[in-house]
Amino acid sequence: MNRTLRTRRQLVSLVMMGLSVVATLFGLGFLALILGTLIFKGLAGLKLSIFTQMTPPPGSKGGLLNAIAGSLVMTTGGVAIGAPIGMLAGIYMAEYGRGTRFTMIVRFINDILLSAPSIIIGLFVYEIYVAEVHHFSGVAGIIALAIMVVPVVVRTTEDMLLLVPGTLKEAAAAMGLPRSIFIRRIALRVARAGLITGVLLAVARVSGETAPLLFTALSNQFWSWNINEPIANLPMVIFNFALSPYKDWQQLAWTGALLITCAVLALSITARVLSAQGTRK
Amino acid sequence: MAVITMNSSDVGPKALATTRAAAVRGFRRGDRIFRLVTFAAALSVLVILCGVMLSLLFGAWPALRTFGFGFFIHATWNPVKDVFGALAAIYGTLVTSVLAMLLAVPVSFGIAVFLTELCPWWLRRPIGIAVELLAGIPSIIYGIWGLFVFLPFVQSVIQPFLINLFAPIPVLNILFAGPPYGIGTFSAAFILAIMVVPFITAVTRDVFETVPAVLKEAAYGIGATRLEVVRRVVIPYTRTGLVGGVMLGLGRALGETMAVTFVIGNAHAISSSLLAPGTTISAVIANEFNEATDPMYISSLIALGLILFFITFVVLAISRLLLMRIEDAEAK
Repeated sequence: MNRTLRTRRQLVSLVMMGLSVVATLFGLGFLALILGTLIFKGLAGLKLSIFTQMTPPPGSKGGLLNAIAGSLVMTTGGVAIGAPIGMLAGIYMAEYGRGTRFTMIVRFINDILLSAPSIIIGLFVYEIYVAEVHHFSGVAGIIALAIMVVPVVVRTTEDMLLLVPGTLKEAAAAMGLPRSIFIRRIALRVARAGLITGVLLAVARVSGETAPLLFTALSNQFWSWNINEPIANLPMVIFNFALSPYKDWQQLAWTGALLITCAVLALSITARVLSAQGTRK
Repeated sequence: MAVITMNSSDVGPKALATTRAAAVRGFRRGDRIFRLVTFAAALSVLVILCGVMLSLLFGAWPALRTFGFGFFIHATWNPVKDVFGALAAIYGTLVTSVLAMLLAVPVSFGIAVFLTELCPWWLRRPIGIAVELLAGIPSIIYGIWGLFVFLPFVQSVIQPFLINLFAPIPVLNILFAGPPYGIGTFSAAFILAIMVVPFITAVTRDVFETVPAVLKEAAYGIGATRLEVVRRVVIPYTRTGLVGGVMLGLGRALGETMAVTFVIGNAHAISSSLLAPGTTISAVIANEFNEATDPMYISSLIALGLILFFITFVVLAISRLLLMRIEDAEAK
């Protein structure tokens, strides 16, 4: 009696654990399948001309040069605006306002913004900027991306500064070092690897964002350095080309998708390696 | 920045005292300015949220005033006659997300159990890292894969199979009825599920790892099987965090735009069949916003955005509150 009960319990356990292995294979298998298809389809169109030619009209040859350049400009702009704001906010939360109710509220709201639908950010920027100036532009895209960057950087900056040993702060205070100089000269330097990680993660986050650009930067068939005009960018080109009926546009969409994925993965892996080095010290 | 030289011989004690006082004053001013600047930055996070809320409310006001409460309960979406109701989009958003969670949660829990209980040690880190990296893949990648690879497969294989399988079963034959279009609620939910699996798995695994080894060892010590340890020790111990993780995934799924827009079919209709084309709030906004020229049309789209923002805000807020409780418990 006791033995059969035991065998049954073990059997049930074995079956359920088997199911969890199946779930792992199923989940990771699908993700591997997606990456595999992406590499296969994307590589097929990966030629030098991708980096040297403009996005073509349907039926003719071309590349993604203007889209890549536009993406670089807008991502750089967004991070250049968003990262400093995020860092300063993180500094306040970890140093001046540690443990206060205000910091708690900001952290809570920040975490919500971190996962808030990005298309809402696009609508917001459309309302406050695009609708006011009456045209789509790279500037609007940069504002939207900057808003996406802030929460990521706030989160990592605060986390990283909280890890700075309290003894350092006490030593600095004992020498009469002003708080602001301690933060800038010591705390930020100690936490540097973590801060860079945060910025890299933010870049990875926004470089593939499409939804906030739909009604802000729009896109542009041609070369444009003028951020006051609609500006081409990879995610929007992928979106438009993938939904087009033209085979060569669809091919460009796949190749663009591969480029974005590689960039995002490279950034995340670098961030991971950096933060691993930072914590080992 | 003031530099204090303590050993300059030509400065008397009195002069030294004044330079010092000046330096301290300078420091104090610098400190105050820096503190103010960082405070303003922290405040900007709150300003962004309030700004988003106010601008959406402001933009949605004309539509909400015109259609009133009917906006939420009517499914008519007619840009030509300027009559708008959000019900079809709200319905589609909720159905795709809930369906996606039904698919994604068991798989994510399975992966998390595998990672924390079964997986050999040397494999844990690589798989864990792979899951975290996959969580960062832009959603448009899932969308384009869904459009070109998944849809044809669904249309030719999965949907005919489901339709035939459930045809003789009442209720289910209504849910899985109709011609296999490929595009539709089912496909969108499936793509969403694949997309949120890494999110939920990452949180679930982290939460599972907070269970003290002593508890599990004690359970194994009195002869519990693996399943019993997971069900009676790990899950009860981490319940709050698990719900938080699931809500986080749900928040993502509700607002996801790109993965859905490609495969949902964009039909403003509430269909009893899960295989029929539908739409979601984010897909409507993504598809129609740039074509909308009429003020009432634009306002209605913004009102949809407001509804989406409200729903995700509530879901994410609950998720944060639950996960915060776990973090606090861990810190103690």
